[in-house]
Amino acid sequence: MASAETNPRRDGAGAAGTLAAPLALVMRLVDWPMRALQRLIGERRMAYVFILPNLAFFSLFVFLPLVINFVFSVTGGAGLFPSERPYVGAQQYAYLFDCGSFLDPSSCREDHFWRGVYNTARFTVFQVTAMVLFSLLTAVVLNMKIRGRGFFRAVYFFPVLLSPVVVALTWKWILQRDGLLNAALTSLGGERILFLVDPSWAMFWIVFVSVWAHMGFYTLILLAGLQAIPADLYEAAEMDATPRWRMFWRITLPLLWPNMIVVIVLALIKGVQTFDEVFVLTGGGPGTATLMIVHYIYETAFANQVQNFGLAAAASVVLGVVLFALTLAQLAASRRKGAA
Amino acid sequence: MQRKHWISAVAATAGLAIGLMASTAFAQTTVRIAWYSDGNEGEVLADLLKRFEAGNKDIKVVLDQVPYKAITENLPVQLASGQGPDIARVVDLGGVARYALDMRPYLKDASYWEKNFGPFLPWMRPEGDSSAITGFMTQLTVTGPFVNKTLFEQAGTPLPGPKATWEEWGKAVKDVAAKVKAPFPLAMDRSGHRFFSVAVSEGAKVFDDKGEPAVIDEGFKRGAKLVYDWHQNGTMAKELWGSVSGTAYRGANDEFKNAQVVMYQSGSWQIAQFDKTVGDAFDWVAVPSPCGAGGCSPMPGGAGLVAIKTTKSPEAVAKVMDYLASEPVLSEFYARSLFVPGHLGIAAKGLDYAGATPQGKAALKVFSDQVAQISPAAYKLQGYANNRVIFNAVISRLGQAISGEGSLDDAYKRIESDVAQQIAERKK
Repeated sequence: MASAETNPRRDGAGAAGTLAAPLALVMRLVDWPMRALQRLIGERRMAYVFILPNLAFFSLFVFLPLVINFVFSVTGGAGLFPSERPYVGAQQYAYLFDCGSFLDPSSCREDHFWRGVYNTARFTVFQVTAMVLFSLLTAVVLNMKIRGRGFFRAVYFFPVLLSPVVVALTWKWILQRDGLLNAALTSLGGERILFLVDPSWAMFWIVFVSVWAHMGFYTLILLAGLQAIPADLYEAAEMDATPRWRMFWRITLPLLWPNMIVVIVLALIKGVQTFDEVFVLTGGGPGTATLMIVHYIYETAFANQVQNFGLAAAASVVLGVVLFALTLAQLAASRRKGAA
Repeated sequence: MQRKHWISAVAATAGLAIGLMASTAFAQTTVRIAWYSDGNEGEVLADLLKRFEAGNKDIKVVLDQVPYKAITENLPVQLASGQGPDIARVVDLGGVARYALDMRPYLKDASYWEKNFGPFLPWMRPEGDSSAITGFMTQLTVTGPFVNKTLFEQAGTPLPGPKATWEEWGKAVKDVAAKVKAPFPLAMDRSGHRFFSVAVSEGAKVFDDKGEPAVIDEGFKRGAKLVYDWHQNGTMAKELWGSVSGTAYRGANDEFKNAQVVMYQSGSWQIAQFDKTVGDAFDWVAVPSPCGAGGCSPMPGGAGLVAIKTTKSPEAVAKVMDYLASEPVLSEFYARSLFVPGHLGIAAKGLDYAGATPQGKAALKVFSDQVAQISPAAYKLQGYANNRVIFNAVISRLGQAISGEGSLDDAYKRIESDVAQQIAERKK
């Protein structure tokens, strides 16, 4: 039996009390001016006072750069400061959208932008499809009572913890001419394949590496959704001798749908923003086969001798509009599902 | 007793005040240098700067050693925002020239600079300026091929002679690679300088009679066709030119050091690295730039140490630059870094590269001799302020053609439009 002096709960309460005393003092100090302010502006307006610090932070680091980016997109020249840049109106946008046919990037004046758009679209479609399918499959398996479940959950999540550059460099060493995969292929009597020099292989591998690196995160979201599905639904279905695939189709998928939407939209947004892994793994090549839109923006703004901030800013605005539309679609889909 | 304490306190305060005044009197001016290295030159410079500081207690020099990419991509933004270093080692001499400080009012003897760095000073001057002294060449680079002589010997193929053409070299290295099963018969850095050493030798003029860029001519097309065909027939592997997009640089240093490359078209700055890393693993030699319809010209280039005009201490900057550009200091720098000198006096006297192996010394001699072969077109391109616009357009578009995205004719049209668009943007 623990004595009163050594009781950990009492000690804990003592420590909490020690911490609570100065906190209470601070609260009392703040209380008076806050009450005065509330009397002055009214209770309803107090909410704005509380969101003001975060709003100021957000404005400084998000809204202001957005506005500056837009200002840059309607200016030209190579100057850095807006005051050094002549106003050109929608010229940068007109330049980006000057195309013979939007389906043929080589007919566009700024063909690299459109190659970036098409590559990003292709990458996003393949990557999101593969990501959702494999994450779902993995989550369903990891939700079963299998041996070593905790270990496998950790294994699938581990790549998420790695830096994208580390992921890309590791896979580069595996895929290059004298890499691990070619060593394995040639030792089995096969032909060496230049995985990162052949355009089709390059696109396949950037999708593969991206899914490998990020799948753990989406699996975790789906796993949380699966665990929230009441077990009695499955028990009732089992009593009715419902086949497993039907249970999956009629119970699991509909109840997992809100999580699926989150996964799809997050993967979609991340897919459109892809840059670092692809930049390190393929450098946008071969040719422009894996040139993504964010890579195009970076090249245009920083890698050329004439750093074309105006054109890069216009491309960023276009990208921003696409991302905004995707976010609205996500909100609409979530609301529709919520209403249903 | 109390009085004694009082006196001690006054004495301590007075001592502190005197110390403070003394430290103000000996206040150091800090000069910051942004520097990148290809080999050991950063260590050599740090060593030389220590000696400078020992003799100039009032100046502290901070050497920021940064990656090459930071110099080409981050430094221009820093300079445009007025937040750059006081001195920077740059390769895009024309691009950075508008931020450069004209040091003439602060230099000990401007005529020394004009006499010894004369031909290179225009490379570092802002457009329209014909007299400013903004910096000096930390190295004069000359493009040219390195050849793995051991692979030639193993294949039993004789090395082509000093006036051999690019086509002859192409055939010879392909033959050697086939016999010794080397994966890269010919490798060329994915760089505008390296491409133009082929194109200028094939007769590319780059500029029209008015001095405006006219990149695509018959000489250029001959050079581009050679490089394109080499990729199609396997003389060049696609890993360098065809594997990445845009303006990305790719080199084959590691492949050459691993004896996978028969001939590596690169430049004089690689000597120190190969001298140190290849050792006696195989015999390598630098050979004179191969010839074409327009001669046998390499491309000149190099890195310059440039003073930046936003500096708050131009006198101190000029003092550091005077020291580094002085003949004994610069001789030591070039000799220890195994660089081709960009100082006419030192070049005329010749340098003893005491730290180099016989292979390294022989390579330095080949590249030094090649300076005389540089054509006026090559010099003009190097001195053109917007040369990187041309280089980048060529790398990007030729790379696309090589990887199968369009024809060479498509690439020519795109190169012309890219150059015109970027130069127009700069003029806005």
